[in-house]
Amino acid sequence: MNRDVSDNKQFKRRDFLKIGAGAAAGAGLLPLLKYLPAEAAAGRDTLVVVIGNGPNSMDIHRKGTNRPSYQVAVNIYDRLVTYGRKKLPDGNVMYDYRKIEPELAESWSFAPDGMSVTFKIRKDARFHDGKPVTAHDVKWSFDRAVSLGGFPAVQMKAGSLIKPEQFVALDKYTFKINFIRKSKLTLPDLGVPVPLIINSVAAKAKATKSDPWATEYLHKNPQGGGAFKLGRWKPGQQTVYIRNDEWKSGPLPGVKRVIVREVASASTRRALLLRGDADVSLDLPPKDTKELTSNKKLKIAGVPIENCIHAVGLNLNFKPFADVRVRQAMAYAMPYEKIFKAAAYERGLPLWGAKSADPAGTLWPQPFPYDTDTDKAKGLLKEAGYAKGFKVTLSFNLGLAYWTEPTALLIQEGLGKVGIEAKLDKIPGSGWRTKALVEKKLPMHLKNFGGWLNYPEYYFFWAYQPKRLFNSMNYDNPKLNKLVDETLHMPVGSPGYADNVKAFIKIAFEDVPLIPLWQPYLDVAMQKDVAGYEYWFHRQLDVRPFKKLPKKA
Amino acid sequence: MKSDSLFLIGRRLLQAAPVVMGIIVVTFILTRALPGDPAVFFAGPAADEKSIAEIRASLGLDKSWPEQFWVYLQNLSRGDLGKSISTGQPVMEELATRLPASLELTLMGLFLAVAIAIPLGMLAATRPNSLVDHLCRLVVTIGVSLPTFFTGLFLVYIFYFLLGLSPAPLGRLSIIHIAPDHVTGFYLIDSLIAGDFEVFRAALYQMILPASTLAIFALAPLARMTRAAMLGVLSSDFVRTARASGLSRKTILWVYAFQNAILPVLTTLGMVFSFLLGANVLVEKVFAWPGIGSFAIEALIASDYAAVQGFVLAMALMYVLLNLAIDILYTVVDPRIGLEG
Repeated sequence: MNRDVSDNKQFKRRDFLKIGAGAAAGAGLLPLLKYLPAEAAAGRDTLVVVIGNGPNSMDIHRKGTNRPSYQVAVNIYDRLVTYGRKKLPDGNVMYDYRKIEPELAESWSFAPDGMSVTFKIRKDARFHDGKPVTAHDVKWSFDRAVSLGGFPAVQMKAGSLIKPEQFVALDKYTFKINFIRKSKLTLPDLGVPVPLIINSVAAKAKATKSDPWATEYLHKNPQGGGAFKLGRWKPGQQTVYIRNDEWKSGPLPGVKRVIVREVASASTRRALLLRGDADVSLDLPPKDTKELTSNKKLKIAGVPIENCIHAVGLNLNFKPFADVRVRQAMAYAMPYEKIFKAAAYERGLPLWGAKSADPAGTLWPQPFPYDTDTDKAKGLLKEAGYAKGFKVTLSFNLGLAYWTEPTALLIQEGLGKVGIEAKLDKIPGSGWRTKALVEKKLPMHLKNFGGWLNYPEYYFFWAYQPKRLFNSMNYDNPKLNKLVDETLHMPVGSPGYADNVKAFIKIAFEDVPLIPLWQPYLDVAMQKDVAGYEYWFHRQLDVRPFKKLPKKA
Repeated sequence: MKSDSLFLIGRRLLQAAPVVMGIIVVTFILTRALPGDPAVFFAGPAADEKSIAEIRASLGLDKSWPEQFWVYLQNLSRGDLGKSISTGQPVMEELATRLPASLELTLMGLFLAVAIAIPLGMLAATRPNSLVDHLCRLVVTIGVSLPTFFTGLFLVYIFYFLLGLSPAPLGRLSIIHIAPDHVTGFYLIDSLIAGDFEVFRAALYQMILPASTLAIFALAPLARMTRAAMLGVLSSDFVRTARASGLSRKTILWVYAFQNAILPVLTTLGMVFSFLLGANVLVEKVFAWPGIGSFAIEALIASDYAAVQGFVLAMALMYVLLNLAIDILYTVVDPRIGLEG
C-alpha cells in the first residue's frame, strides 16, 4: 500500500541521480565486483516476470487472500468455462466478455424452462496428480465457494449462485446447476477466477473436522488441473510455475517455466526490465509507463480497464451537494485536461467533453457532457445560492497516492477558481474502506471502482443504487433504481435493454453524484521478444498465452 | 572474573523479564488502537456485513480485549505467535526466514562499516587537520546526509544499470540459484555447510550492493565516534606519560589509546546495529530483499495484529540480547565495569 507512496519519492530521486552521477561510491569494494550476471543467458523456455506484490495464498477461497493470488487460480486451476478473445484495433488482445467458451466443460445446455443448466465435463481431463476430473469434484468445489463465506461467496452471489443445493452431480461427467432466478450473469460468473475446480479427493484426504474444506492444506498445496503446476512458492519472494504438458482444456502454453519474482520498488523493476533481466513487468506506475513507451527495446501493452472509472464522488448528505446545480457546477469546475496529463500521464481514456447531453449508445464508461468551464460553474453556484462558494473537505486514499494525490491537488486549485475552498484529507489505505464505503461520511472524495462483469447495469448496481457498498455518495434516485433493477438480469439483446441502459446513463449525466475523470489503462511492459499477452478482467497475471519469440541473430 | 560475568548475565536477563512483559502488553494494546479494521480489510472491497462478521469471528476479534489478550498469552506460552493474515504464513515461520535475511545483511553492512570507519577514524585522530582528517569529515558528511534508499538506488544505477558489474537486485539469490538447506538461515554460512561454493559466491555478490548501502549509512557515526574518542584519549595524561616514558608509537596507539577509546565506539556500534536493523526497510524495497522490515511495514498497514505483535516481540528480545552482548563486551574490554555490575 505505501509502496506507491515511497515509489513516487524514488522517482524524484532518480531524476536527481541522472544529474548527480559520480558523487559517491562504495569505496574499497570494486575488486569484488568482477562478475557477469549468469542470468544474461536465460532460456527461451523460461519467462521471468517481475511484480510489485505477489500471492499470499494458493487458495482463492481463503479469507484474507490478496488480489495477486488470483493468478494462482487462473494458472494452476481450470474452470468449467472461459471467455473468448478479441483483437483490439491497436493490436492488443483482450478477453471477450460476450463469448463464453468451454474449458473443463465440453458443452452445456439450458433446460427448456431456462431454470437450470447442465454441463458435460471433458472425459480426458486430469488433475496434476493424474486423477480424472469428475462432476463430483465440480460439485465439491462449488459447494466450497459458496460455503466458506467472504469474498468467494459474494462473487458467486453476483451470479445468483448462493447455496450447495443448487449444484448437482448427475453422474461422473454430468453436472447441473439449478437457478434461483434467470440471470444473464450466471454463466459469465462461472468464468471468473472464483469457481475453480479443485481435486476433491486430494483435498478431502487432508480435511479435518474443524476444517472440512481443507483450507489449511489448499492454502499451501494447490490441487488443480490447470495449464501450470506449482513449481515453488516462497511467499513474499517468488512463485514458479511449471507447464502441465498433459493439459487438455486449451492450447498448450508457449513457455515451460514461469518465474514470478516480487520486487517492491518500481524503480528496480524498471531497471531489471531495461537491463533485460526480466521479460515482463507488472504494476507499472503511469509515469514509468509513459517514459518507457518511447523506449525501442520494449513493448508496452496498455488496455483500458473495463467498467472502471477514476472519479470524484459528491456526498449528497453534505448540504451544498444535495442541490443538483452545485453538483453540476463541480463537474464544470474540474480541470480535466490538467489532471489527465499530470496525474494519469495520459495512460487512460478521457471521460469528459461529450458533445451531446444524450448518451452515445450503451457503452460504459463513456464521456460525460461536461468540460472545464469556470463561468458556467460560477453561474450555477450563484443560482443555487452559493455565489460566495463554500468550504469542503476533499478526501483521498493514500494507498493509491500515485494518482489520488496529484489529482486532489489539481482539483483543489480548480475549485479555488470558483470560490470553493477545498481542504485535503489523506486517509491511509487500511482505513479507506470503512470511512468511504461503509460509513459513507466523506463529503467529497476520489474513488475508483471497477466491476469484473462488464455490464453498465452491474456498475450502476454497485455504485449508484442506495445503500450499496460503492455508493459512497448516498445517491438515491427512485427512477434510476427501478431502471437498474429491471435491467440487471435482463439478457443484453432483449427489447428495452438498450433504452433502459441509455436512460439510466442519462440520469447519471444530469445528476452527477459521481464526476468521472478518466478510465485508466492496465499497463504491462515486456521485452520485444515476448508475445501473447492478453488483458483479462481480473487484471492479474495469466501466464498461459505468453510465448517467447526466437531471438534474431 | 568469570563468575562475575555470569552473575551479570543472569541479572541482565532477569531485568529484561519485566521489560518483555511490558512490551507484550503495550504492543497488544497499540495494535488494537491502530486505525483500520483488519476484518474489513481482509474481507475485500466487495464483502457484505455477513462475511465481515464471519472473518471477524474467525480471527477471534469478536471477543473482548481481555479475552483476546488471554488467548494471546496462552498461544505465546506454547511458542505460537499466531498467523499473519496478510502473508498467510505463521508469524513464527515468517520471522524464522526473514530475520536471518535481515540479520545477515545488517551484519555484513556493519562489518564493512567497521572495517572502514575504525581505521579511518584512528588515522584522522592521529593526524588532525591533515588530508586524512578532511577525507574522514567528507565521508562522515556524505554518510549522514544521504538517505539509504537514495544510496541504494544510486548504487543500483551505477553498478547494475550502467556498468552491469553487479548481479540483478533480486533479493538474496539470483533466479538461477537455489537457496541452500536451512541451518542458520544465513545463506553465506548455510552454503558453506552444504559445501556449495557456487551459491556462496552468488549470495555474496547479491549482498555487496545492499550491504554497501547500509555501510555507507553506518560509517558516519562510527568514524566520527572513533575519531572523537581517540582524540580525547590521545590528549590525556596517561598517553602523555606513556609518550614521555618512551614507549613505541604502536604500543601507545593500540594498547593504551585504542583500548580506552573503544568503549564509546562499542556503544555507538550497538546503537547503529539496532538502528540499521529497523531502518533498512527502504534498502529491502530497493533490493527486493525478503527481510523483516518490509514485512513489518506491510503488516502495520494492513492492521495485521499477529504479525505486528510478533515482529515487535522479536525485535524487543533481540535488543535485550544485543544490549547484553554489548555489556559483556564492555566487561571484556574494561574489567572495572564487570565489577560494578
